[in-house]
Amino acid sequence: MKNNTVPEKVKIINKNSGEESNIISLYDTVEQAEPQNEIISIKGLKKSFDKNLILKGINVSFSKGTIAAVMGPNGSGKTTLLKCVLGLVRPEAGEITVNNINIKNNCEYRKFIGYMPQTPRFPENLKVKELIDMLKDVNGNECDYDEELLIKLNLQAIYNKPIGTLSAGTKQRVSGSLSFLFNREIIILDEPTAGLDPVSCEIMKEKIIKEKENGKLIIITSHIVSEVEALADRIVFLLEGNVHVNSTVDELKDRTDESNLNKAIAKIMVNHGS
Amino acid sequence: MAAKKILKYVIFDIMRSRLIITYTLLLLVLSFGIIYLGRDITKATVSLLNIVLLIVPLVSIIFGTIHFYNSQKFIEMLLALPIKRSNIFWAEYLGLAVSLSIGFVIGTGIPLLAYGASVTGVYLLLTGIFLSFIFSGFAFLSAVINKDKAKGIGLSLMIWFYLSILFDGLVLMISLFFNDYPLENVILVLTALNPIDLARVMILLKLDISALMGYTGATFEQFFGSMMGTIFSIGFLLMWITLPALGALRLFNKKNF
Repeated sequence: MKNNTVPEKVKIINKNSGEESNIISLYDTVEQAEPQNEIISIKGLKKSFDKNLILKGINVSFSKGTIAAVMGPNGSGKTTLLKCVLGLVRPEAGEITVNNINIKNNCEYRKFIGYMPQTPRFPENLKVKELIDMLKDVNGNECDYDEELLIKLNLQAIYNKPIGTLSAGTKQRVSGSLSFLFNREIIILDEPTAGLDPVSCEIMKEKIIKEKENGKLIIITSHIVSEVEALADRIVFLLEGNVHVNSTVDELKDRTDESNLNKAIAKIMVNHGS
Repeated sequence: MAAKKILKYVIFDIMRSRLIITYTLLLLVLSFGIIYLGRDITKATVSLLNIVLLIVPLVSIIFGTIHFYNSQKFIEMLLALPIKRSNIFWAEYLGLAVSLSIGFVIGTGIPLLAYGASVTGVYLLLTGIFLSFIFSGFAFLSAVINKDKAKGIGLSLMIWFYLSILFDGLVLMISLFFNDYPLENVILVLTALNPIDLARVMILLKLDISALMGYTGATFEQFFGSMMGTIFSIGFLLMWITLPALGALRLFNKKNF
């Protein structure tokens, strides 16, 4: 169902000075993503903080109608990678294109992207309603809003509360709803379910799947393997600043001979260590 | 265009914060108190001036720095929208500076008006607005330079301490050590290097009380006469508004969020 017409894609990139690693011997197919569906393409992306190379030349592309999970241990550069796509972090080298627009010195391309940050914080003294109105206002008042999450997560009840009085989880719900509000083609969610209660969590997941079926690209980062397994079509696994694995979930399981994604991922990391 | 819309909400947000309301009330009480106790409005204006020169920069720079750190996540969210970075910066900067100015004008302007302010009173308000803008710029500059909030606030405090206290000491030391030489030009240049001194000179020139003017004021009067002195100081104050703000903008454009 997941990959009805699209052939399974695997792409392994190894940047460690061209050395063959044991991962290459594990996977032998190296294919490009379908060009007609490709919406984000990242080539040779490098970024360092305080002389610490966080991203060491990332090559990866994402296509429409998929849910991609960016995974990796803490500090592997997941958030940095997403922030580079959003233009929040300025990369040192490499090229990112969104809908064939090179994002360097361009801000218009962001009208294709909805973003939910890891820890949302809004102006404390504004009311929820005012925040929503402001965002609509700034976005030029297009009328095609997707208010489904606002309604389902029961946020209309708190429209008149100042944001400063809301709990962390409630802010997370507001933030999540806002990322879907403008019906963007690409939705980037940085740990979307962290801090959400189980009910909201399920609503969120349903929404993610629904929007994928509407042909959107949804990129999530998460540490919760079961969640990734339930949602994602593809896994981009970052390790030490490189794309260590980029494949579909099923393929990852096949290749590692594990039926359990958790174990498959553990195996990848162990293989890397040896 | 988008910047204007953001600006509106930034001002909304700041004007509702407790700190800015406290600041306005504090200024109100102080101004009423000083004018009431001083009886003579001119003398009161001078006393008020000294307080304004101390408090306005301090509140502007500290509140501004804290405000920047608090809005960082929100700025991050705005940056993910199709808006230019520089527009977001100007919206945030103007939002802060305008709110501080409004607070100041209400807090000081109402008492001055109530007791019948002279032209000097108007100049006092003007300098207060200038200082709010200048120190908002410094606030953003030190917040953009430092990722760490504590360091940022530390740097802001140092800037304030240097400009409002240390600098005068330095000028005094120079004039003591080199009092055998003609120092007028040097002092003029030194004054232009400190926005707080400039503001003080601008008001004092208007007051026409040479005894109170001190060294820098007297030199100014001598060199320029009232009119030229005022134009000179306004020109340099404008420079002091643009430089820190543009510096902060440059760094803001390169910053990683």
